[in-house]
Amino acid sequence: MQQRIGVFVCHCGSNIAATVDVKKVVEMLALEPGVVHAEDYQYMCSEVGQAKIAEAIKEKQLTGVVVCSCSPRMHETTFRKCAERAGLNPYMVEIANIREQVSWIHKDMEEATQKAVILGRAAIAKVSLNTPLKAGESRVTKRALVIGGGIAGIQTALDIADAGYEVDIVEKTPSIGGRMSQLDKTFPTLDCSACILTPKMVEASANEKITLYTYSEVEKVSGFVGDFTVDIRKKARSVDMSKCTGCGVCQEKCPNKKAPSEFNRGLNTRSAIYTPFAQAIPNVPVIDREHCTKFLTGKCGVCSKVCQAGAIDYEQQDEIITEKYGAIVVATGFDIIKLDNYGEYAYDQSPDVITSLELERIMNAAGPTKGHLERMSDHKAPKNMVFIQCVGSRCSDGRGKSYCSKICCMYTAKHAMLIRDKYPDVNVTVFYIDVRTPGKNFDEFYRRAVEDYHVNYIKGQVGKVTPEADGSLTVHGVDLIDNKQIKMKADMVVLAAAIEPNPDIRKIATMLTASIDTNNFLTEAHAKLRPVESPTAGIFLSGVTQGPKDIPETVSQAGAAAVKAIGLLAKDKLLTNPCTAQADIMACNGCSTCANVCPYGAISYEDKEVRGPGIREVRRVAVVNSALCQGCGACTVACPSGAMDLQGFSNRQIIAEVDAICR
Amino acid sequence: MKYSYYPGCTLKNKAKDLDAYARASAEALGFELEEIEDWQCCGGVYPLGSDEIATKLSSVRALNAAKEKGQDLVTLCSACHHVIKRVNDDMKNVADIQFRANNYLKLDEPYTGETQVLHFLEVLRDRVGFDAIKEKVVKPFTGKKIGAYYGCLLLRPGKILEFDNPENPKIMEDFIRAIGGEPVIYPYRNECCGGYISLKEKELSKSMAGKIMDNAASFEADMLITACPLCLYNLNKSDAKTKLPVYYFTELLAEALGLKEEVQA
Repeated sequence: MQQRIGVFVCHCGSNIAATVDVKKVVEMLALEPGVVHAEDYQYMCSEVGQAKIAEAIKEKQLTGVVVCSCSPRMHETTFRKCAERAGLNPYMVEIANIREQVSWIHKDMEEATQKAVILGRAAIAKVSLNTPLKAGESRVTKRALVIGGGIAGIQTALDIADAGYEVDIVEKTPSIGGRMSQLDKTFPTLDCSACILTPKMVEASANEKITLYTYSEVEKVSGFVGDFTVDIRKKARSVDMSKCTGCGVCQEKCPNKKAPSEFNRGLNTRSAIYTPFAQAIPNVPVIDREHCTKFLTGKCGVCSKVCQAGAIDYEQQDEIITEKYGAIVVATGFDIIKLDNYGEYAYDQSPDVITSLELERIMNAAGPTKGHLERMSDHKAPKNMVFIQCVGSRCSDGRGKSYCSKICCMYTAKHAMLIRDKYPDVNVTVFYIDVRTPGKNFDEFYRRAVEDYHVNYIKGQVGKVTPEADGSLTVHGVDLIDNKQIKMKADMVVLAAAIEPNPDIRKIATMLTASIDTNNFLTEAHAKLRPVESPTAGIFLSGVTQGPKDIPETVSQAGAAAVKAIGLLAKDKLLTNPCTAQADIMACNGCSTCANVCPYGAISYEDKEVRGPGIREVRRVAVVNSALCQGCGACTVACPSGAMDLQGFSNRQIIAEVDAICR
Repeated sequence: MKYSYYPGCTLKNKAKDLDAYARASAEALGFELEEIEDWQCCGGVYPLGSDEIATKLSSVRALNAAKEKGQDLVTLCSACHHVIKRVNDDMKNVADIQFRANNYLKLDEPYTGETQVLHFLEVLRDRVGFDAIKEKVVKPFTGKKIGAYYGCLLLRPGKILEFDNPENPKIMEDFIRAIGGEPVIYPYRNECCGGYISLKEKELSKSMAGKIMDNAASFEADMLITACPLCLYNLNKSDAKTKLPVYYFTELLAEALGLKEEVQA
């Protein structure tokens, strides 16, 4: 059939037009074989621009459209929809990316114009070989999975459940609650963290749409948007959840109380059978088999003897639950960095050098010191406290993190203020690089710490903390404003250690094929316009897993992630990408190479009758499940006999593009 | 096992002890230090000017001499070790310096950082092994509280020197344990002694070294050991309230191995 191709070159304001001579591009591409229409416009994606495309399709009976504009990730869908409205199959549209790949990265107009023309030619060559494709349909399982049971995961789950959908939370530790449950007070209002969090935990546990899998981990994920299949490992609690009444006698009577308490950051110990904290949900303990005498030596069994409900089950095994989900929200949160690279602060040398998270536990009434501010070495009340900010944040020498952890300036101001309020005799000094307190009522909060509570803020870094023979600490720092070295005595030093994504995220991201950045934060589909979605369809981001955030921001983002998930679950069917692989059974020899490289398990083998000129036989050949195929193209490259081809990106089309570029 | 050995100027006059005890101990521990011929002064200070070539050449000559013999290069003086190790890193990783130094030297084969530079302590730790030393000790320093003084030259920059953790090193403490003593860990053990400032501002280096010594004394050290002649000099001149004796670590090693009298004779 005679091709009738239309070419539309976008200026993108001055984004493209300042570096690419768009008139020249139109002029050159109009000469290409099959091109019957070529024009340029300031904003092709605008209503007027799209109308121009639609009009040309109708008037000139176009069979293919090439838009020379921004990345297809930005507007391919826009132009496909436009073509469809004008009566053209949406897969007869090709994008030549002359913005990200040309105007934004080149300076010389002549060279840039030439490259834009070449990319335009390649797109024309490809569109000439395009065939109309039709998107298939897939079903949507109306159930969501939330990975992580901190405030982010809880909020997302509550919002999804509120919209009427089933949602499961998988939490690795024995209780939901996350980091927020470890905090004492929250900025800038200083309300108690537990008071605002525990009602939400109870709500999540009581909501009949929400199922909690605590002490559980995601083990395997397969499938795709709308239809994920997930294996969840319920680790053996050694306590029967259906029988346990949560009376707590087992924890009291457990003779082995030497396990370091994770919840109190190792500042004190807990029993081998334990709930992390008093308000834990579910209020069912687990046996830490690494510390339990029964599991270590076979002798003990005290908990079993004292349990009235007969809930202790030493024989319990891990259980794998397989469930289907339409959407998955990642809310795996953060931890603070290890301080191994920061030996100068003597964190490993002195128990009186602590992290801010440890201070939260010390200041908490349910913490290891019952809320009394005291040194961990000798339990004496401190007289002088020094806070060091940016420990491992904003680091340029590779020891820590390049980014700002964002929450430290505010929580340090909070700690300083709370200490000055409760213990007015304690001198509090804060060393900082910059104080960064943007946010509603945030800067006012910090100023209160300085002006009303007389916290001594010093602009400068600390070079060394030296534990002295008398048990005190000496802080060696610099005051950049006074331009002098400082040596001051301290009884306690608090380090605002950088936060980093939960280390499990690497494993989880791999299972989800969700992309991750160099700092292990999950990548958004678009940094500005799609901040709660992963580039992998059906995966959403909630909380610090996407980047450093405080509680209000986390809760907002958790709600946004829920809305996106609800939007997906509300659909009955999803259109599937028709650009999937197909095997030419005439050429396929059933070697299994394609199945071995397929990351989605979309290829299987069948015995099929092959009929051709002089051939009639039954052969083992590859069959692609188009519902599973994501169109990555790995099989088409791997296939030794060229039998695999990707619709919309066929081998012929790719070669035609290469030919056009090399012409 | 034979190593190329770069003693450096100070070990030929002020710090003869450091050298003599090391050689005797090496022999007893089964390795030999073969002094490279015609070695020249390392310069004492690593030149920070990135266009500075001439002052690096003597180090490159020493490094190349070891390379030609196919031996690792052992140093003893902290300053020499610091300079030679850093120049070696330049020759390995900084193309410009590598190019210009080789252009200048016109060696038979260009030198590109092939030689491994080891401090004597690293030989003890990594090649001989502190456990093996422990077995050869005949006069252990039982009950002696010994403070290791590292100074800065052996430790920093950490990524180039790769000697030990620059903030909380332990190689000298392990050494002290190997010779039967009790290491005293005090926070000033890697602080600067003042270095060459003692030439210009005596009072400053006296007070810097004094703080180090007083800090060690507050943790009840009986004595200090060091690998650096300049540190030893500054510590001995310090204004510390408590004067502690300072020894080269090789002297204690020789003594523990029962070689001290022999060397002194």
